[in-house]
Amino acid sequence: MGFLFWKKKDKETPATAVEVVAELNSEPEPGIVVETSVSLADIESEPEPQPIVEPEKVEVSLPKRTFAKGIKSLFTRVKFDPENLDELEDVLIQADFGVDASEQIVVEVKARAKKSGASTEAELKAVLTDLITENLTRDDQELNLSSGQLPYVVLVVGVNGVGKTTTIGKLAKYLSEAGSKVVIAAADTFRAAAVEQIATWAERSGATLVRPKSEGQDPASVAFEGTEVAIAQNADVLIIDTAGRLQNKVDLMNELDKIRRVVEKNCVIAEVLLVIDATTGQNGMVQAKAFAEVAKVTGVALTKLDGTAKGGIVYAIQRELGIPVKLVGVGEGIADFAFFEASEFARGLVS
Amino acid sequence: MFGNLSDRLVETFKNLRTKGKLSAADIDATLREIRRALLEADVALDVVKNFINAVRDRALGDEVNKALNPAQQVVQIVNDELVAILGGQQRKLTFAKTGPTVIMLAGLQGSGKTTLAGKLAKWLKDQGQTPVLVAADLQRPNAVNQLQVVGERAGVEVFAPEPGNGKGDPVKVSKEAIKFAQKKQFSVVIVDTAGRLGIDEELMSQARDIRKAVDPDEVLFVIDSMIGQDAVNVAKAFEDGVGITGVVLTKLDGDARGGAALSVSSVTGKPIIFASTGEGLDAFEPFYPDRMARRILDMGDILTLIEQAQKQFDEVEAAKMAEKIAKNEFTLEDFLEQMQQLKKMGSMKDLLAKLPGAGQMKNQLENFDEKEVDRTEAIIRSMTPGERHQPKVLNGSRRLRIAKGSGTTVTEVNSLVNRFEQAAKMMKTVAKGGMPQLGGQMPGMPNIGGGYVAGSKSKKNDKKKKGSKSGNPAKRAAENLGVTPTQGGSGSAFGL
Repeated sequence: MGFLFWKKKDKETPATAVEVVAELNSEPEPGIVVETSVSLADIESEPEPQPIVEPEKVEVSLPKRTFAKGIKSLFTRVKFDPENLDELEDVLIQADFGVDASEQIVVEVKARAKKSGASTEAELKAVLTDLITENLTRDDQELNLSSGQLPYVVLVVGVNGVGKTTTIGKLAKYLSEAGSKVVIAAADTFRAAAVEQIATWAERSGATLVRPKSEGQDPASVAFEGTEVAIAQNADVLIIDTAGRLQNKVDLMNELDKIRRVVEKNCVIAEVLLVIDATTGQNGMVQAKAFAEVAKVTGVALTKLDGTAKGGIVYAIQRELGIPVKLVGVGEGIADFAFFEASEFARGLVS
Repeated sequence: MFGNLSDRLVETFKNLRTKGKLSAADIDATLREIRRALLEADVALDVVKNFINAVRDRALGDEVNKALNPAQQVVQIVNDELVAILGGQQRKLTFAKTGPTVIMLAGLQGSGKTTLAGKLAKWLKDQGQTPVLVAADLQRPNAVNQLQVVGERAGVEVFAPEPGNGKGDPVKVSKEAIKFAQKKQFSVVIVDTAGRLGIDEELMSQARDIRKAVDPDEVLFVIDSMIGQDAVNVAKAFEDGVGITGVVLTKLDGDARGGAALSVSSVTGKPIIFASTGEGLDAFEPFYPDRMARRILDMGDILTLIEQAQKQFDEVEAAKMAEKIAKNEFTLEDFLEQMQQLKKMGSMKDLLAKLPGAGQMKNQLENFDEKEVDRTEAIIRSMTPGERHQPKVLNGSRRLRIAKGSGTTVTEVNSLVNRFEQAAKMMKTVAKGGMPQLGGQMPGMPNIGGGYVAGSKSKKNDKKKKGSKSGNPAKRAAENLGVTPTQGGSGSAFGL
């Protein structure tokens, strides 16, 4: 399967990155962002996010990425015992599925096995694989990059240290290779040297970077500048990096809300990706709930699946909160990521 | 999603209120809930299993404690065991006798090593040490840069000869760093290494090489408190791969219950030395096993409450009291005594706030009047010994006298007598069991659990009470207002 999205047919020759950034840099300080937006919009007389040129459906065929090598089987330590399905519950708990989900899965596997008469290891494993696949399959698992409303804004959120910046680097690289023009807004103005880190990734992926003008600048203002640069450059995708924040910090969560509001003045937000570390335990559920509420998360990016963690928490997140898993990260290399596919995930786990 | 453990235990033990002894079935019911709580707190399954078995053995063998109900007893055993594992080997940082002390940090990607390096450096600096930070994470883009910024904020020198981003040899950098520190007389060297996966053999052997090169006094394993079941695998991999001497738990300012702490402690047997609790460089503290145990169990301060109850509640007194209640001899005198015992446990508001579920009645707690206890005391002290032993003799005029004597109103005296009667009734029911129930009403204390709402409740109770203080409505009204009834209308049914 190739990668499908709508992009602009003919790009107007845009101002180069350097010029735009320079132009923006001459704007007043971030405290008066709103005025800036008005003046810029007036000058360009094109405040609407709709593209001028009719977008064309472009299918980009890149080699399909698999993440199967990243998933470790559930049954590496404990053997699958067809005689004792209750042990399956323990196995699932150890994969971070959580007590409730594990209980439910076992009950369902038993019911299905009874119905179909499955009893051998292979048959029961097939039942389990099918069950997980079915329960995780959704029709909104692809990145939402086909509405035609350019630039597609992807807001990336999550707690500290889950791999937001790395994920953005990989995604930017992938999209660039697919022929789209990517702008990255470095709205993590909090962590030391976060901007430099994303700058390295931007360079590697060939994306344009919008930097904060000063350390500790209001992240919303950087995100806003990102939208302006993306529009001015006729970019296809704008990815906004945000600082890691723990979901129980109200002020920081409100900041996300502000970023959303400010970005929506200029663009439609196509995706809000919540990055979740595969090692995360049951707190992942709390994270997903909190971020979904404040940032209106549309998808999960599951990172660090190349370790020993199985990432079972996404099962509960997707099932209980209805947030689809969209991306998977399987390493530190720029190509180490793939689009989530339920069957691949299930097969990898049960194999 | 789920109630916390205390709520669920209350549910489990609804039917066991009056039992004072633990049966095996009681223990198993409690342990099932505790197992679930531990799993939801991300304690590794194997660790949970061993742990629960140990608790069951102890609970079955333990002497029945008069001051606690079955649920509380099990919870207490669980807590003791938790603290034992978490803090059994609690210790301070080891410093080298001569030359610089070397601390090496290791852990997964994103566990918070670099931030921690800064905090640790600041903390050491504040203690009069002269730390130097070593940038040995040459892997992650701009990790070196980040450490430099962190070092600058902490006011600590950073040794960073290589630019990083995949360039340079971390082993060589670490080796040079020691020489650098010796020459420049730094007292502590903190080596920040790249994040690595336990199964990445190449990077693990690199970590071993760094260890060999710097011969550290401490190898601190940095782990995110949000980590799930994988904590055991990761901890094992680092223990086997690099060899660790201590653990640092990070991001504890989040709302993860942090069961990983227990997993890591039991798997590695290594002490947790520090807890990292925020974004600021000062958000860093020694690890407190008891706090962590409470957090993992999600029991609020119920455990503190149990401890206090044990300490303050005189066993002998309790036995005497139980006997009295059983014989229906519980008097206001005893009530006063009991209240004074409870008072020894501290401020009522604090006490109430420690009860599970107290969060929901925050507002009522805010309104709770500490003086209420004093007033109650004053009222009882204004009674004659005879009245204290026989509250039934309290007629209208006695109540009025008591109100005046204690500086309160008749209404307050009435409501106290009512409460006393209710409490006495309740205590009779728990008499066989001993002490107050989890989350239930604390007998003898005014309106605990329901929250204290002045006026409305006591008024309702007044009506329920059989017979009024006075048959005369006018007089009764006067009593309620706390004024002396006029003599003029006496005898006239129409109040003329």
